[in-house]
Order: sequence, then structure tokens, then C-alpha cells
Amino acid sequence: MNQHFASVTEVMHPVGGRSAGPNDVVRLIELKRCFGATAALDGVSLSVRQGEILGIIGRSGAGKSTLIRCLNGLERPDTGQVFIEGRDISRLGERELQPLRRRIGMIFQHFNLLSAKTVEDNVALPLKIEGRPRAERLARAAELLDLVGLSEKAKAYPASLSGGQKQRVGIARALAARPALLLSDEATSALDPETTRSILALLRDINRQLDLTILLITHEMEVIRSIADRVAVIDAGRIVEQGPVWSVFADPKSAITQSLLGGIRPQLPAEIASRLTQNAGVEAILRIDVAGEAARSPLLSDLASAVPGSFRLVHGGIDHVQQQPVGTLFVAVAGSNEAHLAEVIAFLKARQARVEVLGHVAGSV
Amino acid sequence: MSPVLFELLARSIWETILMTAASGLISLVFGLPLGLALVATDRGGIAENLWMNRALGAVINGFRSVPFIILLVALIPVTRLIVGTSIGTWAAIVPLSIAATPYYARIAEVSLREVDHGLIEAARAMGGNRWTIIREVLVPEALPGIVAGFTVTLVTLIGASAMAGAIGAGGLGDLAIRYGYQRFETSVMIAVVIVLIVLVCGIQWAGDRLVARLDHRA
Repeated sequence: MNQHFASVTEVMHPVGGRSAGPNDVVRLIELKRCFGATAALDGVSLSVRQGEILGIIGRSGAGKSTLIRCLNGLERPDTGQVFIEGRDISRLGERELQPLRRRIGMIFQHFNLLSAKTVEDNVALPLKIEGRPRAERLARAAELLDLVGLSEKAKAYPASLSGGQKQRVGIARALAARPALLLSDEATSALDPETTRSILALLRDINRQLDLTILLITHEMEVIRSIADRVAVIDAGRIVEQGPVWSVFADPKSAITQSLLGGIRPQLPAEIASRLTQNAGVEAILRIDVAGEAARSPLLSDLASAVPGSFRLVHGGIDHVQQQPVGTLFVAVAGSNEAHLAEVIAFLKARQARVEVLGHVAGSV
Repeated sequence: MSPVLFELLARSIWETILMTAASGLISLVFGLPLGLALVATDRGGIAENLWMNRALGAVINGFRSVPFIILLVALIPVTRLIVGTSIGTWAAIVPLSIAATPYYARIAEVSLREVDHGLIEAARAMGGNRWTIIREVLVPEALPGIVAGFTVTLVTLIGASAMAGAIGAGGLGDLAIRYGYQRFETSVMIAVVIVLIVLVCGIQWAGDRLVARLDHRA
């Protein structure tokens, strides 16, 4: 892509994420895992700080599931280290992993509730595994069902619940043993958009109320956008990009991130895109990406007063990600004059926007 | 039918019920762990051990491929060792159990194998060990199938016990052959058939009721 980068994007989006700190609940170092000839994980290094929500996004087959399963030892890396609360678990035996897994809750795409147990017994199961007395287990289950808003379903069986209710039970169960870390394996992928929103809101609440660290994997940017603090993009077993969600949204570097963002960022409408040519026409179509200060300022009216000309908003808008304005505007510039366009681009770049001339159209769009 | 024949019929019913119940219970006690062992030791199982899996499978297939009437005779030394005699109702329970155990193990295996792998993974993720997975996941989740399979095994055992007359075990099959067939007592034959139908229907009905109560899937 023929993009003109402004320097601010480098500042808000440091390459390679951040360095490891003492508050990391999870630290992965150069994880590799092969299945036959294909590498599911090809050198993944990553940290998750206490209390944050890290979203890992990638297409199916990118290595997300293998990665999340390495964190509780359901999957073993071939090489590399997995530190959970400072302890390397990558070489521990099954028996040593068992008490450790009780520090890590996990929720699943297909909920994985036991059909033969009532809702409260499902929620209480991690405590039963810990060997807690029944009265304590049921008291804790009641407390958690209250937290997820399903108290009246305590005696019901999972089969009688809706998908969203099942996932709420799954969340309550994952929290039963008071974990230090919650792993979410595509927890909303089997749910409709409305239920997805309510489950994500619940996870957000839990993260804030309990200061619970959450690592989630998903293939939907919408999920990342709604709850993650930071995002890591995984492709072919490698982390190709990571950073605060809003900065990755504002300035996606890799092609895979751009493509994953495609669904939720404004795109030039197809009927206009189909009429674009590289020859000068009546109007030039610009794509302007703005974030932070640039998105807060009256950019277009400033442009019009600084550079004479007619600027028409064709498509796009300003979105808010993590309370930061992030926008993409498609603007038609009358005249298609090259010198004029250069002036416009220079102005916008000075205002820390990213500008791309998409092409020209013969008639008005 | 004469009062003597009635008494014979009553005794035969008792013998059939005794043989079926005793060998059914034994096949449950040994067959269920065997079925669990088959699933657990298989590829991707909770105690993967392919060598053990193949060995178990071969033994089970071996026993299952021998026709029951032959097993009945071939096991006479074993029966004598366990029960002290090779004839009578109790003597028949040994070969019946030995035939039904691998049969039931295979049926239990099928039900256990159908338990969603995600549930096992969830239990592992909670920090559960193998025993937890068996007790909290595999057996409870497969219970409807385990019970339905046990019903099938009991019905099969009623059929197999008809052959036990060959070693003097008595039972309804023996009564039907000796009186109904060899002595042309048609009324005995009809009575035996009716009793068998009632027995089989009763077991199936009870089994189905139990399965319906246990099944919380869907």
C-alpha cells in the first residue's frame, strides 16, 4: 500500500510490544510446537501483565488454540518456556501441573459443561477437584451464579439453558477456584452478536471487579475491540504485531491485521472503488486515517482554510476504541490536480494523519 | 398344565432370573472397568498405552468369537475351579459371566467413547487427574448409554442362559426343550415363551425408564 506515515504512529505503536516486567502473570519465551511438518507455534514470545486483558487474534489454523493450551499445560511446547506467575511450567509433569491448573480458569467455545450435572454442580466442580467440603462448594457456586446473573438456574441442567446462559455458567465455573488467570478459547464464537456483547461485558466487569488477568483468543476483531487492552496478532505460528488495541486499530502494520480489521473498519464502497482509475478525473479520492489528536481536531475545516479547494466527505467516520478516537475518512478532492493534491497531502501529514490517494473518478461520486 | 409342571415352570423362572442377574452383575462389575480401560488406553485417551490397548482388544475379541455353547463346555475346568462343580445353575453362571463381560465391555466402550473430548479437556484444565475424569466426566456422561447397554446385555443373557441346560443348569430354555419339545407338551412351550416375552419386555421397560431419568443431554 502506498501509505504516507506520520511520525506519531511510531510513538503510539512501538514495535514488538513491551518489555517484560515483574508483574507479568504470563511470560512466554520462544515457544515452538510442531505437528508433523507444520509449525503451529514458530517462536512465540509474549507477556501478560497482572490485571490486563490480552486478546490474541488470528485466522483459524494460525496457532491460537495451541498457544492458549500451552498456558495450562494441555499442550506441551517442543521448545521454549512458559512462565506462569514466575514459574516455568513447560517441563512439569502432569501431576505437578494439576495443582497449578487450579490457578488458571478456562472457558471454551462450546462451553464444555457436564450434561449430567446441575448448573451448581458444574460450577462447584473445580472445588470438588480441590477436595473442598460440599457446603463450601455450594456456597461458592451460589455466590458465582449470582455474579453471572443465573441464581435461579442453580438446580437446572445445562441442556435447558441458552448458549449465552451456558457460557455464563462456564465463566462461573472458571472463577470457582479463584484463579489468577482466565483463559478464554473463542468463548463467544458460538454465540449471536447480542449474546456476545453481554458475555464480553461480563468478562470486562469481572476483569475490573476482581482485577483478574484475562487472555483470550478469537478470530473476531469486534471481540478485541470491545474488551481487550492489548492485542497480539498471530499468523502462521508467529506474533506478527502487538500493541494497545487502539494503536493497532489506528495503524495496522501487517497485511493480516489489516485484513482482520477489514470487517469493522470503514471500507470504500464497492461502487466507488470500481470506478477508480489512476488517470486524473473530476475528483481524487483520498483515504485519511486519523487517531488521537488528529481525530479530535477539526481536520477537514482546517484543511479547507489552509488549502483552498473543495473537500467532500464520501464515506467513513470516527470510531472510539479504548476511549481513543480512531477514524478513517474517504474524501473526494475536486479537481484531481497533482500540485494541489500534494499540498493537501502535505497539510494532512503535518497534522499527523495517514493519507493515501486511492485514485480518481471521472464523474462525481 | 399339571401342578407339577407349574412347579417346574416356577423353578425354571427362578433359575433363569438367578443366572441372568448374577452373570449380569458380574459382567457389569468387570465389563465397565474393561470398557474404561479400552477407552483410556486408546490413542489420545487419558492413559494412552497402545500396546495394552491392543492386548486387551485381542483378548476380548477372542472370547467374543467363541460360540457360547462351546465356551460353556470349554470352560468346565475353570467352572469346577471356581464353583467346585461343573453342573447346575451356579456352574452356568461362570461361563455366562465370562461370555457377557467382554460383550458388555464393548458396549460400555462405545458409550464412553462418545463422551465429548471437550469435557475431558475441561476437567483437565480444572486440574483434575485421571480418576477425577473417570468419576466426574466419563462415567456420569456415558451413564445413559452404560445403563442402556446393560439392559441389552441382560436380554442377551436371558437368551444365552437357555443353552445352560446343556450343563444341567435348568432354566426356562431347558424346560422348553425337555418338556415342550421332547415331550410334546405344547402348553409348556407356550408358557415358557410368554414368560420370556414378559421378562424381556419388563427388563427393557425398566432399563428405558432408568435411561430416561438419567439422561440430561438435549
